[in-house]
Amino acid sequence: MSTTTVESSAEASRTVPTQAPGRIRRRGDQSLAGSLVSHGILTVASLIALFPILWLVFLSLGPDKDDYLHPGGIWKKMTFGNYSFVLQHTAFFDWLKSSLIVSLGTTVIGVLIAATTGYAVSRMRFPGYRKFMWVLLVTQMFPVAVLMVPMYQMLSDLQLIDSYLGLVLVYCSTAVPYCAWLLKGYFDTIPFEIDEAGRVDGLTPFGTFARLILPLAKPGLAVAAFYSFLTAFGEVAFASTFMLSDTKYTFAVGLQSFVSEHDAQRNLMAATAVLIAIPVSVFFYLVQKNLVTGLTAGGTKG
Amino acid sequence: MTVAIDRATGKRHGDRAPRSGPGQRLKQSYQKHWYAYAMIAPVAIVLGVLVLYPLVYGVYLTLTDANSLNTARTIGVNHIDATYKFIGLDNYADILWGDTAYDRFWSHFIWTIVWTALCVALHYCIGLGLALLLNQKLRGRTLYRLILVLPWAVPTFVTVFGWRFMLADGGIINTALDALHLPSPAWLEDTFWQRFAAIMVNTWCGVPFMMVSLLGGLQSIDASLYEAAEMDGASAWQRFRYVTLPGLRSVSSTVVLLGIIWTFNQFAVIFLLFGNTAPDAQILVTWAYYLGFGQQPRDFAQSAAYGILLLAILIVFTSFYRRWLNRNDQQLAI
Repeated sequence: MSTTTVESSAEASRTVPTQAPGRIRRRGDQSLAGSLVSHGILTVASLIALFPILWLVFLSLGPDKDDYLHPGGIWKKMTFGNYSFVLQHTAFFDWLKSSLIVSLGTTVIGVLIAATTGYAVSRMRFPGYRKFMWVLLVTQMFPVAVLMVPMYQMLSDLQLIDSYLGLVLVYCSTAVPYCAWLLKGYFDTIPFEIDEAGRVDGLTPFGTFARLILPLAKPGLAVAAFYSFLTAFGEVAFASTFMLSDTKYTFAVGLQSFVSEHDAQRNLMAATAVLIAIPVSVFFYLVQKNLVTGLTAGGTKG
Repeated sequence: MTVAIDRATGKRHGDRAPRSGPGQRLKQSYQKHWYAYAMIAPVAIVLGVLVLYPLVYGVYLTLTDANSLNTARTIGVNHIDATYKFIGLDNYADILWGDTAYDRFWSHFIWTIVWTALCVALHYCIGLGLALLLNQKLRGRTLYRLILVLPWAVPTFVTVFGWRFMLADGGIINTALDALHLPSPAWLEDTFWQRFAAIMVNTWCGVPFMMVSLLGGLQSIDASLYEAAEMDGASAWQRFRYVTLPGLRSVSSTVVLLGIIWTFNQFAVIFLLFGNTAPDAQILVTWAYYLGFGQQPRDFAQSAAYGILLLAILIVFTSFYRRWLNRNDQQLAI
């Protein structure tokens, strides 16, 4: 850095008189203009983040399917009619059931299978370790197109198209390596001394894992569970190809069906979208802090 | 004797016992590591059955001319056997340098690269900017943070529908542009504006993840480094350049890689925004889906071949990225 001591002390002596008496600016405190700019930018960004969602909520209150084209009229005829219609006369609850079965199924299987692996790759160095980690990483990059055709062929041979089990199996192909990955990051944060203590007390590696580490890793398991749940819940490509009957659609597919089947009933679509988005967003907010730590736990430590 | 924690006892040259015979070594290795193998077995089996087998089968399909008319299928009670045949590498040759290769593959390829580069750059820059703002002492920053995470919290398939309402011809965006006497583009019809809209929506969806990750990274930078820099008389820019950016390096390299992989494979945004109506705005992933499942007859072989090509591109890219990081003395968290 080019600034010399002489210059900075000269600068300091120049700035001292301009400081208001009694007000010493500490690091992190900002000038008034600076904080106004920050607030300005953040407010604009918040509006951009909020607007599409609020707009969706607003449109969902308009009773007519073309209300989104002249939204001014909605103020006069606001109604919750769309919501009651969606809840009473559409397959909403069927879709809810499918979404929950598929997402929870994926979550449970994913976390159960991945836990021991996460532990093993966190604590043990075995021949083939690097290759195994590389495989886990590569499965994260699979474009949907890679497995879709062969999976479709296999599942139709097994008569598993249009079944919950089929979709769960498909999702496990991404959820399992994903969870293993995430859990490795979490296990890495648990001190190794605990394992050593367990070993000294005569536990086998399995015993150490089950009795000592697993109870400590509950938050990590929760993060992996949330992640696989949310991923399975929001997946579109496989769900729209592998689920054929109306009542087995997940939300991601069901929402699309409003466009084709019901002649673009956008008011109902908006209401359904809001009904889905609210619980999921609440759920997300409850866990979001942990989600980020879980995903970048290894990253921040380098 | 098996050790649960053998990460500290990494192999070192010179302190090895004299080599025993291969059978002996295999046995020793088995005794030492069978716990590890038993523990990774469930995942290894699942990956083998659910990923590796389909992948091999998919590679085989790319060497055939399979489509929905000649694969095995059941119509009513009649079972029709598969009649597709082996054609070698013709599919790849056709995709990469066939007659209409530019229109089908290379134009989508270029657009996919542009899409990935622009989206990730926007995600990263906007995310970093917001993270820096949120990392200051600022009234209400928790509230700002909660609001700014919202696009991530709402499932993509919901938000994309919201955007479709807004981008429609008489939707709010064009109404607003009209009111300002600005031209109102046909967002969902014109190729350029379709691409513009896709990038816009994807940026909106992807910024929160970057913002929150980078905010975490910023908070893990030691405050004393900033104090020291300030003592040395570093300007705000110098502090950013020499303290913040190096401090964020490992988080950055991880989230940028994740961002590139996710954006490259981003299916939902483009598929839900346009369906099959925008052949020129399709990136390779959605195009591969269209070939395999969006048209009749379904061209399974070409779709699978696209999938394999996509995977190859990503693997090659990631290997180079990793090597580049290693050369710069950085480790990827993943």
